[in-house]
Amino acid sequence: MATERIVIDPITRIEGHLRIELEAADGRISNAWACATQFRGIEKILEGRDPRDAWAFAQRICGVCTGVHAIASIRAVEDAIKCRIPESAELIRNLVSGMATLQDHVMHFYHLHALDWVDVMSALSADPAATSRLAATISPWPNNSATWFKEVQQRVATSAKGGLGIFASGYWGHPAYRLPPEANLMAVAHYLEALKWQREIIQLHTIFAGKNPHPNYLVGGMATSINLDNQLTINKVRLDQLGELIREARRFVDEVYYPDVMAIAGFYPEYASIGVSSPTMMAVGESAFSCSGTPAGKPVAAGLLMDGDYRTPRPFNPRMVAEFVSSAWYLYPEGDRQGLHPWQGRTDPNYTGPKPPYRQLSDQEKYTWCKAPRYDGRPVQVGPNARIMLAYAQGHPETVQLANRDLGQLKAGVEALNSTLGRTYCRALESVILAKRMEEWFAALNERVRSGDVSTFNADFWEPESWPKQAQGMGYLEAARGTLSHWVEIENGRISRYQCVVPSTWNSSGRDPNGLMGPYEQALAGDKKHPLVDPKRPVEVLRTIHSFDPCLSCAVHMLLPDGSGLEVKVR
Amino acid sequence: MKDLQQWRDGDSFGDLLKRRGVTRREFLTFCGKMAALIGVGGVFGGSKTAFAQELAGRLEAARRPSVVYLQLQECTGCVESLLRSASTPVEELVLEQISLDYNELLMAPSGEAAEQALASAQTKPHLLLVNGSVPLKDGGVYCTIGGRSARDVLERAAANATAVVAIGACAEYGCVQAASPNPTGAVGVADVIRDRPVVNISGCPPIAETISATLTYFLAYGHTPPLDGLGRPLFAYGQRIHDKCPRRASFDAGQFAERFDDQNARLGHCLYKLGCKGPATFAPCATIEWNDGVSFPIKAGHPCLGCTERHFYDRMTPFYRRLPGITVPGLGVEATANTIGVAAVAASVAAVAVHSAATVIAKHRARRAEPESLPLAVLGDREEPGVKQKEKEKDS
Repeated sequence: MATERIVIDPITRIEGHLRIELEAADGRISNAWACATQFRGIEKILEGRDPRDAWAFAQRICGVCTGVHAIASIRAVEDAIKCRIPESAELIRNLVSGMATLQDHVMHFYHLHALDWVDVMSALSADPAATSRLAATISPWPNNSATWFKEVQQRVATSAKGGLGIFASGYWGHPAYRLPPEANLMAVAHYLEALKWQREIIQLHTIFAGKNPHPNYLVGGMATSINLDNQLTINKVRLDQLGELIREARRFVDEVYYPDVMAIAGFYPEYASIGVSSPTMMAVGESAFSCSGTPAGKPVAAGLLMDGDYRTPRPFNPRMVAEFVSSAWYLYPEGDRQGLHPWQGRTDPNYTGPKPPYRQLSDQEKYTWCKAPRYDGRPVQVGPNARIMLAYAQGHPETVQLANRDLGQLKAGVEALNSTLGRTYCRALESVILAKRMEEWFAALNERVRSGDVSTFNADFWEPESWPKQAQGMGYLEAARGTLSHWVEIENGRISRYQCVVPSTWNSSGRDPNGLMGPYEQALAGDKKHPLVDPKRPVEVLRTIHSFDPCLSCAVHMLLPDGSGLEVKVR
Repeated sequence: MKDLQQWRDGDSFGDLLKRRGVTRREFLTFCGKMAALIGVGGVFGGSKTAFAQELAGRLEAARRPSVVYLQLQECTGCVESLLRSASTPVEELVLEQISLDYNELLMAPSGEAAEQALASAQTKPHLLLVNGSVPLKDGGVYCTIGGRSARDVLERAAANATAVVAIGACAEYGCVQAASPNPTGAVGVADVIRDRPVVNISGCPPIAETISATLTYFLAYGHTPPLDGLGRPLFAYGQRIHDKCPRRASFDAGQFAERFDDQNARLGHCLYKLGCKGPATFAPCATIEWNDGVSFPIKAGHPCLGCTERHFYDRMTPFYRRLPGITVPGLGVEATANTIGVAAVAASVAAVAVHSAATVIAKHRARRAEPESLPLAVLGDREEPGVKQKEKEKDS
C-alpha cells in the first residue's frame, strides 16, 4: 500500500495548539512531525519590568500550569537576589504545587485522555447494576452505586438526544475501543465526578493564593498570613478546611483515579510497548518527593537515565542543555546548526512557513514554533514517567514497591514505563505517592503553626535598593508535565533577560540538526510499528500524543539570554 | 439581536429538568441563587424572589442552544476557570443547558472530525464564545488552527453567530501577549468582529460564575445583559472591588499593612499601601469570591492586580506600587476612584441598549492605549498619550 500523508489539526483535549503530520502505510506510522502552531512572546514582554511582577506574566504562559510557572519564576528571582524564604512559606508552596499536580493528573486522565480509551456511546448499553458490582470489585468508593450509574447513563442519553455536544463526532465504535459497556459507564461516571472533585480540591489554592486558576504569589514567600485568631488569614477554620481538602484529594486518588487507570490498563496491555519514545529520561527531583526548587537533593536526586539504560542514574548538569532551531521558526545569527545554552540563547521569531491557510508543514525544513532542547545532544523525555523511572533507579522505596506490584500485574518490566501506557500509569502512581506526601507536608505546617512559627514572608530583600546592580537567577521545579526552569537576569532592579525552558518544549520539539526526532515524533514513528488503522479516526495517535499531556502554550515562548556562568545550587 | 428560539429545535430547558426529576422547588432554589448572582450589580431592582420566579419562567422556556467555543491565542485559563463554576456546574452546563458543539479542550474528536464539527455548527445560528486574542501581525502566523489563522477561524465562526461573547482579557483586548511590545500584534475579538456587539467578560481569567451567569442570562432572556462602557455585564462589573472589600473598614479607619506579613497584615488590615488596585477595579471578586465563594486575592493577603481593567498588564504595573497621587486614608483615593466609578456607570447607563454599547465599544477600540505608556494611568490620568492624535486621525 502506498504511503499516505495525514494531517491532524487541531489535536484536541490538550492545552494550546498542536498539529501532527504523519506518513503511514499498511496501518503503521512511518514518519511523524509535531508542529506547535502558536507563539506569544511572553519573555520579550517581561524585559524591562519589575522582577517582582514577573510571576504574574510568566504564570499566564499557561492556564493549566499556572502555579508552577509562578513558583519557578519567583524562585528564579529569589535565587538572583539571594532571598531565602521562611520554612512555612516553602511548605505552603509545596502544598499548592502538589495540589496543582494532583488536580492536573486527574483532569488529564478523565477529561483529556480517557475518551481515547473509553467509548461513551457503549456506556449507554451498560447495565447500571452490573456496573456497580464491577466497580465494587476494584474500589470501596461509596458513590459507585447502581443509582448513580443509572443517572449518569440517563444524562448522557438525554444529551445524546439533543446533539451530544462535546461527545459528538467521537470515534465511538472504533475497533480500538475494547472496554465492556459496564467499564465504559463507570469511567463516564467518574469523568463527571472528577469535574466536581477538581473544583473542590483546587480550593486549597484559593485559600493560600486567592484564586484558581492564576493564583497569586509573592517574591520572598507567600502573601497569606497565618493568624489562628483572625477571620482574614489562615486561621483555625481554614486549617480544618485544608485538612479536609487534602484528605478528600487523597481518597479520590486512591479509590477512583488509581483503580480506574489500573482497570483500564488491563484491557490495553499492548500499549505498554506502543509509543516507546526517546530513551533518555530527565528529572530534577520529583514533585512527589521535593518541591524545593533548584534541583533537589533528597530523597530522589536530580538526574538522567541515558540511552535506554534505565538502571543507572547519571548526574544532571545544566551546562549540557542546548537548544536548536533547525526545525523551528526562529533565527540564530550563529546559524541553524548551532545549539545554544539557555544563557546564550535567543528567540527571534522568523516565520518561514507557508502563508495561512496552508495544507502541509512537514515538507518544509522548519515546521514548528517549538525549539528543540537537547541534553548532550540527546532528545529527552521529561514528565511523570521520567520521574518515576528515575526514582525507581534510585531505589525510592514506595516507588519500587508500587511499580513492582503493578508491573507484575501487567507482566511488564520497568522499560515498559517508556510507553503510551507507561506515561499514563506513572501519572496515577505518582499521584498516590504525592497525595500521601501532601498529608505529611500539611502535618509539618501544622506543627510549625503550633510551635508559634507563623512567618510566611522574608521582607529583607523586598526593596530593589537591597539588590545587586546585576544578578542572574534560575528556578527549577518538577511541574506535572516535567522539568520546568525559569531563568532571569536583572539589571538595576529591572529584568534585562528572561527565559523559560519547559516540559512540553522538551517533549514536543521537532528535529535537531542531526535529524533526531523530538519525543512526540519518536513515540509515533520511532519504531515504525505504531498502529493507525483509520487515518480519518486517529484514535491510536491521540492515545500516544495525549499520554504526554501536551501543553503547547508552555512549549512555545522561549527566549533569550546571553549571559555567562551558571551556578546550580542545591538547597 | 436575533431571537434565541432560532437556536435549536427540541426540548426546552423545563422539559429537561422534568425528565431529570428536578422538582419545582429545587429549580426555584437554583434560580434564587442565580438571581442573587445576577443581581450583584443591583441593576434590576425589585425583590429577589420576584426576579427568581421570572428567571425560572424564562429558563424553563429556553431551548438548548448550540455553542461554539473557540480558543485562539491564549493560555486556556478561561476554560479552566469555567470548569470551576459552582453555581452552574460545567457538567450540567455542557450536558444539559447548552450543546457545546465545538471546544478544543473538551471535545472528543480531533483533526478532520473536529473541523467538520465546527464547520457544521457555524452554518447554523449559534452562540459564539471566544477565549484568546487574535494575532494580526505577519498575516496571522502566530496562531493557526487547522492551517487557518486565528482571524480566519474567528471570522468564519462569527458569521452566523447569534451573539458573540469574548471571555477573558485576551479576547477582550489581547491581554498579556498584547502587553508592550506586543510581539505578535495581538488584539481582542471586538477589534476583528466589527459588525455586531461583543459582550466582554473581563478578567485574567474571569470568575467562573460570571461566565456561567452570562450564559444563563442569555438562555433566560434571549439577549445580552446590560453592559457597561467596556461591554462588560453590569451584574458582575457594576461595582469596584473596593466597594465590597472585607478590608474596607480598615481602609476607612486608616489601618494598613505596611509590608507583607507584618502585624497589621496578620490582623487582616487594608493592602492599599502594598499596591492593591481594588479601588480602581470593577469586578465581582469581593462579592462572589473565587472557587465557590472560598476566597479572593485580597482576602488571601495579596493585593488586587486589577485584571478586569483594560490593558491591566501595562497600566496596573508595577503591581506593588501604590496607586498614585493619593492621600491616605480618606478622600484622596475615594475622590479619584469615585470619579472613575461615576464615569463608568454613566457610560453604562447610556449603553443599556446593546447597539449603543457597541458604539461605546467601538470608541474604546479607538482609545487603545500605547503599551506601557502610562503605568497606573487608570487612576488620575484618563487621557492616554497619542489617543487624541489617533482619534483625530480617525475622525479626519
